[in-house]
Amino acid sequence: MSIWSYANPRKFLDTTAPWVPWLMWLSAAVLAVGLVWGFFFTPEAERFGSSVKIIYLHVPSALMAINAWLMMLVASLIWLIRRHHVSALAARAAAPVGMVMTLIALVTGAIWGQPMWGTWWAWDPRLTAFLILFLFYLGYIALWAAIPDPDSAADLTSVLCLVGSVFAILSRYAVNFWNQGLHQGASLSLDSQENVADVFWLPLLVCMAGFVLLFFALVLLRTGTEIRARRISALRARARRAEPVRA
Amino acid sequence: MMDLGKYAFEVISAWGISLAALAALVWWSLRRDRRVRAELERTERDHG
Amino acid sequence: MRALLARDLRLAVRAGGGFGLGLAFFLIVVVLVPFGVGPEAAILARIAPGILWVAALLAALLSLDRIFALDHEDGSLPLLATAPLPLEMLALAKAAAHWLTTGLPLVVAAPVLGVLLHLPGQAMPWLLVSLALGTPALSLIGTFGAALTVGLRRGGLLLSLIVLPLYVPVLIFGAEAARRGAEGVPAQTPLLLLAGIGLGCAALLPFATAAALRVTLR
Repeated sequence: MSIWSYANPRKFLDTTAPWVPWLMWLSAAVLAVGLVWGFFFTPEAERFGSSVKIIYLHVPSALMAINAWLMMLVASLIWLIRRHHVSALAARAAAPVGMVMTLIALVTGAIWGQPMWGTWWAWDPRLTAFLILFLFYLGYIALWAAIPDPDSAADLTSVLCLVGSVFAILSRYAVNFWNQGLHQGASLSLDSQENVADVFWLPLLVCMAGFVLLFFALVLLRTGTEIRARRISALRARARRAEPVRA
Repeated sequence: MMDLGKYAFEVISAWGISLAALAALVWWSLRRDRRVRAELERTERDHG
Repeated sequence: MRALLARDLRLAVRAGGGFGLGLAFFLIVVVLVPFGVGPEAAILARIAPGILWVAALLAALLSLDRIFALDHEDGSLPLLATAPLPLEMLALAKAAAHWLTTGLPLVVAAPVLGVLLHLPGQAMPWLLVSLALGTPALSLIGTFGAALTVGLRRGGLLLSLIVLPLYVPVLIFGAEAARRGAEGVPAQTPLLLLAGIGLGCAALLPFATAAALRVTLR
């Protein structure tokens, strides 16, 4: 049996619905373990002091912010190529989750930046790229909300997601270029992942796993919601069409 | 409560905001799902 | 395609709508900036390239929703779509018409407004070249955004929300080229990248625009 059989909304719902609560609880448990471990049982880092604890939320949310967009891109491609409604609805369901992740990454980054760099916000390439990603999420969600016809909305947002992906990557490299042009080599990057010690790395890994699980749980839940909402409007439309005959 | 040193405010606020945002997202998704489920049941009863 | 281009140009000029309006907007934004930041020549000269670029971008944004809206309202869009001309070429022609009526006047007006902002003389050619290379990309991206939102009631606001993030790379490279020109630093690299984006948009975006139009017309 191929994976495409799950493209049937009925089958998708029947298969995923029992999983959603389990996934929710599992992600909550993994997150709780990772976060409690990170918050209470890790030492302070030399340069960062206790502010290093922000990493357990900052890095996983940033990771999911990008991965959510990637998932939307894949789902949009599947919709455009194979016309499976579940795929388009999954992309729609993932967008707000990705947006909240982007917001968390930005806010925690700003709060962390204040003591470390002495500023809430710097026009560092990484930060700027995330802000642009946030704007892309906003536009994508707004376009979904604005188009009344569901199939047209799925098509147009998919096209936007494709074009947006290209421009998001373009922006990522453009801001790199732009900032180097401004402050020569001023590196504010915190990307020292390679030499993060195991004491920080292991709880961080658990937190990342928790965020991934939470993302899957939320996307499955929200996709189910979207499928049901679509069914409601389909039933209503059928009823409206039937009424003149009855009357 | 453990001692967070001079970064206590930063750590607490970052964690507070993030966890609140996650909780809001989960709560909002669950609430919408419940409403849509109820709505679907009603619609299926009326029209189905 | 040439006939379509000529038709769009005639309509734009005759209706008095888009044409000139963008230019006036450009002028007003540039005039407002000194009121905001103070009349000091040194500060104005420093921010002039960026201001001119942002103002040009906003002016180009202003007339985007008219690209397809008029044709959609009077029903000529489905007719255009059934014409032997492929939709991709229609998208290209629409973008070209938008550039000729909005982008080109902006490029021509930019040096005059540069004088108002004390833009250094050596920056003028760089500003002109960067705008000349960048505004076609703005028109192409804008046409894509217009195709996505054609026929929507609150299309105008949504259009800005969708198009402005897409403008980021063009703005960065364009303003960077103009700024480097003002500082007397070699500005070829951002110009080449800007030209690359422009050509890439011209080659690929008409297909996305046409795809969006097909959905809207379905």
